[in-house]
Amino acid sequence: MIDSIDMSLVDWSRGQFALTAMFHWIFVPLTLGLSFIVAFMHTIYVRTGDEEWKRITKFWMKLFGINFAIGVATGIILEFEFGTNWSNYSWFVGDIFGAPLAIEGIFAFFLESTFIAVMFFGWNKVSKRFHLTASWLTAFGASLSAVWILVANAWMQHPVGTVFNPETARNEMINFWDVIFSEVAVNKFLHTIGSSFLLASIFVIGVSAWFLLRKREVLFAKRSTVIASVFGAIAAIGTIVTGDTSARIVAREQPMKFAAMEALYEGQTHAPLVAIGAMRTDTVSYPNPREEFIFKIEIPNALSYMVFLTPSGFIPGISDLVYGSEEHNFMSYGERIERGAVAIQTLKDLKMAKERGDQVSYDKLVEKFSDPIWIDQYYQHFGYGYYKGRDLKELIPNVKMNFYSFHVMVILGGHFLIFTMLVLWLSLKNRWGNHKWLLWVALITMPMPWIASQAGWVLAELGRQPWVVYELMPNITAVTRLKPVAVQITFWIFLVTFSLLFIAEVRIMIAQIKKGPGGE
Amino acid sequence: MHKRIFIFYYDGFKKMTWGRKLWGIILLKLFIMFAILRLFFFPDLLKRDFDSDEERASHVLDQMINP
Repeated sequence: MIDSIDMSLVDWSRGQFALTAMFHWIFVPLTLGLSFIVAFMHTIYVRTGDEEWKRITKFWMKLFGINFAIGVATGIILEFEFGTNWSNYSWFVGDIFGAPLAIEGIFAFFLESTFIAVMFFGWNKVSKRFHLTASWLTAFGASLSAVWILVANAWMQHPVGTVFNPETARNEMINFWDVIFSEVAVNKFLHTIGSSFLLASIFVIGVSAWFLLRKREVLFAKRSTVIASVFGAIAAIGTIVTGDTSARIVAREQPMKFAAMEALYEGQTHAPLVAIGAMRTDTVSYPNPREEFIFKIEIPNALSYMVFLTPSGFIPGISDLVYGSEEHNFMSYGERIERGAVAIQTLKDLKMAKERGDQVSYDKLVEKFSDPIWIDQYYQHFGYGYYKGRDLKELIPNVKMNFYSFHVMVILGGHFLIFTMLVLWLSLKNRWGNHKWLLWVALITMPMPWIASQAGWVLAELGRQPWVVYELMPNITAVTRLKPVAVQITFWIFLVTFSLLFIAEVRIMIAQIKKGPGGE
Repeated sequence: MHKRIFIFYYDGFKKMTWGRKLWGIILLKLFIMFAILRLFFFPDLLKRDFDSDEERASHVLDQMINP
């Protein structure tokens, strides 16, 4: 159906959005996690009156401030891109994104930005209690910002609580609570916040390990490590639990993503989970029966058990989803494309009826979009209709990218759990710092949560391709018809600007860390 | 009350040490984002090219049915 679209435009637009989002996500998780760790340290200072806790709080607050300053407003560029590069999408989802983003802007951003000033300027200027309250409100404000953004993303992954209005070409919210409390949204928020706490904890442990290795500020480093390891161990458990729930939700709501992240081409009961594996370099997304792994180590039955809590559960493979399976009740993509094409044709007829002033036909066609049976039979396959006459492989996400991003995230998650538990145990026994090699492990581990967190987002976003709004709007329809060169120019501008900002962040951060808690 | 709040912020900004550099980065970043990127590279196309929501809806519908 879409023959004229320049795929390089789609690819560059996606690349540009991915670059911006991934850069933004370097700062956000550290802001989210560190704000709570700082607030907790500040609480200990206020309760004990111990000046060492004040030094500790001020040092980590300073690093929080640097990260906040460099990262703040980088997310606004994503909104610019919605309006320019993804204008069709932006219009299509307008009302759904409008409410959460407006709430984010009005309440969360102002809460965060008002109290952050009190947090930094308030030492000895306002009462201790009010100052502490400002620290906590800054932390909650940051998380509140994240809620609304994640709700919007969750809706794109699992559009609920809305109806499509064919007269305005927009989705309209019919149930606000369905949107914000959808299972996908709630779990996404918990998983993201948990992983951000974990990231910040490992950051604090790593920086503290650097001080211990240099035998500087030992009390400061050990106290910081105790707090961070408590946060980290709890967050690691929470992240794994919510990750497990997330996998079950994906298996149910986005089975293609689930099949891709395990590189499962043929469905099966007693499906094993690939613990570690390397895929062939010439792996293709299109279903084929050959073995795609050079080597793999599997855990028998684990995949079926993970989803259904029984080994006999059937996990559909990519082939089952593309070609359909009557036995397991999966409609083929061919059938879905036909039904989607009917829905698109209905929209076309509706527009033509309006143009020729045929009110009777127009009203009848509008009614279809609110008829639950017609929606179930046709509209829910709407996006597939755009692939009529195109290669089916365009409906399959990049298997290798999904497989590796999922497994990198899970393997690192396991490492973080063991690592934070070990640090906590040694800290509580006052033996953290006795083994130099463990301090080096802490330093080497420090950048890993960023890799895991980015891998998680790569999986979430690449795994649902080609959908921008799941099964309703593909990227080829969402994108604005611009000249690819225009997108390429801004891509390179962003790459240079972001790289400079990142270098600035790292340099300022390292300079302040070197000064230590005593330096100004 | 307003005076106290003003003095609080004024004093805070005046006594900043390492924070000055950060404010410099924030202001430069906001300038690049809003005065250059937004103005020259990222117009809101639907807002710029159409006068009413009805026209915007009609355009997007066209894109959706004649992609």
